Amino acid sequence: MGLRAFFLLVLLVLAPGALAPAFAVQPDEILADSQLEQRARNISAGLRCLVCQNQSIDDSDATLAKDLRVLVREHLQAGDSDEQIRKYLVARYGNFILLKPPFAWDTALLWLSPFVLLALGGAAILSHSRRKRSEKPAAPLSADESEKLKSLLGASGGDGH
Amino acid sequence: MIDEVGHYALVLALALAVMQMILPFWGARARDARLMALARPAALAQFAFVALSYAALTYAHVVSDFSLANVVENSHSTKPLIYKISGVWGNHEGSMMLWALILTLSGAAMAAFSRAIPPRLLADALSVQGCLGVAFLLFILLTSNPFARLSPAPMEGNDLNPILQDPGLAIHPPLLYLGYVGFSIVFSLAAGALIGGRIDAAFARFIRPWTLAAWCFLTLGIAMGSYWAYYTLGWGGFWFWDPVENASLLPWLSGTALLHCAAVMEKRDALKIWTIFLAILTFSLSLLGTFLVRSGVLTSVHSFASDPQRGLFILGILVLFIGGSLFLFMLRAPTLSQGGLFAPISREGALVVNNLLLTASCAAVFVGTLYPLALEAWNGDKISVGAPFFNLTFGPLFAPLALLMPIGQNLAWKRGDLLAALQRLWFAAACGLAAMLAFYAAQGAPVTAYVGAGVAIYLIVGAFVEIFNRIFPAGLRASKNVASRASGLPLSAWGTAIAHAGLGVTLLGLAASGWGAEKIVSMKTGEAYDVGPYQLSVVAMTAAPGPNYREAIAHMSVSRNGAVVAMIEPSKRFFTTRRMGVSQAGIVTLNFGQIYVSIAEQNDNGAVDARLYWKPLVSLIWLGALAMAFGGGLSLADRRLRVGVARRAARISGASAPAAG
Repeated sequence: MGLRAFFLLVLLVLAPGALAPAFAVQPDEILADSQLEQRARNISAGLRCLVCQNQSIDDSDATLAKDLRVLVREHLQAGDSDEQIRKYLVARYGNFILLKPPFAWDTALLWLSPFVLLALGGAAILSHSRRKRSEKPAAPLSADESEKLKSLLGASGGDGH
Repeated sequence: MIDEVGHYALVLALALAVMQMILPFWGARARDARLMALARPAALAQFAFVALSYAALTYAHVVSDFSLANVVENSHSTKPLIYKISGVWGNHEGSMMLWALILTLSGAAMAAFSRAIPPRLLADALSVQGCLGVAFLLFILLTSNPFARLSPAPMEGNDLNPILQDPGLAIHPPLLYLGYVGFSIVFSLAAGALIGGRIDAAFARFIRPWTLAAWCFLTLGIAMGSYWAYYTLGWGGFWFWDPVENASLLPWLSGTALLHCAAVMEKRDALKIWTIFLAILTFSLSLLGTFLVRSGVLTSVHSFASDPQRGLFILGILVLFIGGSLFLFMLRAPTLSQGGLFAPISREGALVVNNLLLTASCAAVFVGTLYPLALEAWNGDKISVGAPFFNLTFGPLFAPLALLMPIGQNLAWKRGDLLAALQRLWFAAACGLAAMLAFYAAQGAPVTAYVGAGVAIYLIVGAFVEIFNRIFPAGLRASKNVASRASGLPLSAWGTAIAHAGLGVTLLGLAASGWGAEKIVSMKTGEAYDVGPYQLSVVAMTAAPGPNYREAIAHMSVSRNGAVVAMIEPSKRFFTTRRMGVSQAGIVTLNFGQIYVSIAEQNDNGAVDARLYWKPLVSLIWLGALAMAFGGGLSLADRRLRVGVARRAARISGASAPAAG
């Protein structure tokens, strides 16, 4: 509950209900093997606490988050790889649990649109500035054209006077 | 009685807003100066009545008038006075009142200080502002009335959520709203200019002070909110890419872009269409943020659908204003003339790149915030978009700005010399590289930390290179009249340098988090625990009563190399009315870094579970934001750019034109 409710609060939506103080990873959860523990922290940081908003289970004080942290550590101790653990959790809870959404056909727009916008914007600016530059200096007359101009000027001058 | 006065004042303010919306607009069409002139008193009076209404609500909170449902739900007679006052905006109805208060304050400020703006433009702009007033006052009166009565009145209230009983609540929302809603002035002026159809470089001059002021407040508001989250949440995080945070970052990003491209429009009469578009976009994003936060759509798409009244009302406001202004924009944009030409390598060119990158990073935040909602509404799939997504998209789009900023500052208008600009930056680049090496030697990995810190130093030094070259045009020794040159520099030049350096300072604070240390332990009294270069130990545990809570405090000593350097007192508070515990982190600032401790309940064996952090240079994150806002303030104070100067300049040029002709 913590973070999500907190931020709704920060901009002043008061979600009714109690907020527990944030106290995420607890001393008794920590694995003795520091390498394994580091892996557990890294995996946890990418997993969403399902009852919170945009808060990882590593930061959440919710009971569910604690259960998941313990689950991750159990799987690590059983010798699973990081990827296996993530797969296992996605199979159980869906992609919702991953804070980094996987790249798929229905998330392609999400991942690519900022960069597509950058590319389109850049292309628009480039073509715009090129067009402007090509507009600016009138091309110098070719030999034929200046010849023609001279004769026209000469002809009109001759007619006029 | 006072409650009725407040309620009635709100209705009167609505009537005035309707007047302000219709009469000046009509006057501008009929070329009736008296009708147009009505806009100014209407805007001032509207603000006065909303302020009266707001004061009445505050009074009800201060005297604990439990006949108002709003006071019962969010207050308690024993609550400290400061939280009775700030608690007014600590709930839905009251925060909408604050919104309306600042909206009408903006309108009144525009009416009072924009005598330089041509009367027709001002009339149209104030009419748009009146339109906003109508929308939000109607929203309050119809869906979120803070003056709703409760009969019979209970003897005691439910108290304010303990997390909100914090000085952060007193400071953060007003600052944020001044920023958010302050952009309404810029929006109204843009809409007014589109209605009138005449847009020239003077327009950039009119919007500049308002854009700067709103931007400064928004910067401060975001920084304050981030620091509040940091010290309240108990694990030292300060930015979570939460949709509600993103809602405030979006107008900041587009407002920053607006600030920069308005400078191009003002100086060179170029990028007009784009400036107008950003002016509309920035406030539209503020409105979008209000919709996201107020409608409940974030909680879940379903909860929005189950109680849709407020959400649909704000959605209506959103569609009306964003749709209306974009429609106007589409109608008018093709008729706007192209302004001054410039080479791709020039100050203007650099600012175009700045705008492109800011817009793309704004888009990344926008998509990341709204995509999960859209996807769920479309096919029911639920995904999460968290920090890893934003690090991979927003990060690479925003990072190039840090490298480009000093270069852009050193390019000339119209046509710049890239090589010369790079040469001028050699010192900054050398400082950055030296810092990178020094940090690597002293602190080691991770890469993000020492590279980030190096870039930050380059940014800070590079921000001042332009000023340095203007004060010492012939080098450090040969230059004369240094003092008069320095004092002759416009304040806005100092403002730019300080604001840009501020971003570098923030970046340094962010980068240094890579060298932080964390320890999660069960602390026994008297034993020392290492965290970073410090040792912490619990000296004693005490209990203390508060006004509406009781508190358990852990007194800890912080020592380095055997000498005690500070005491730190994290605590845990228990609020009796709401039966909720809140942990108060203990924080000590040492050399810009902080030791941060939060504790849980004391165990049966007397030990206390604690999270201990050493966060080197962390305070720079917020000090940098302060510097950015200070730089903005300096620019705002620049005499050349103040409101009113445009008119004087126009008068002078108008007077000299016939003579020249």
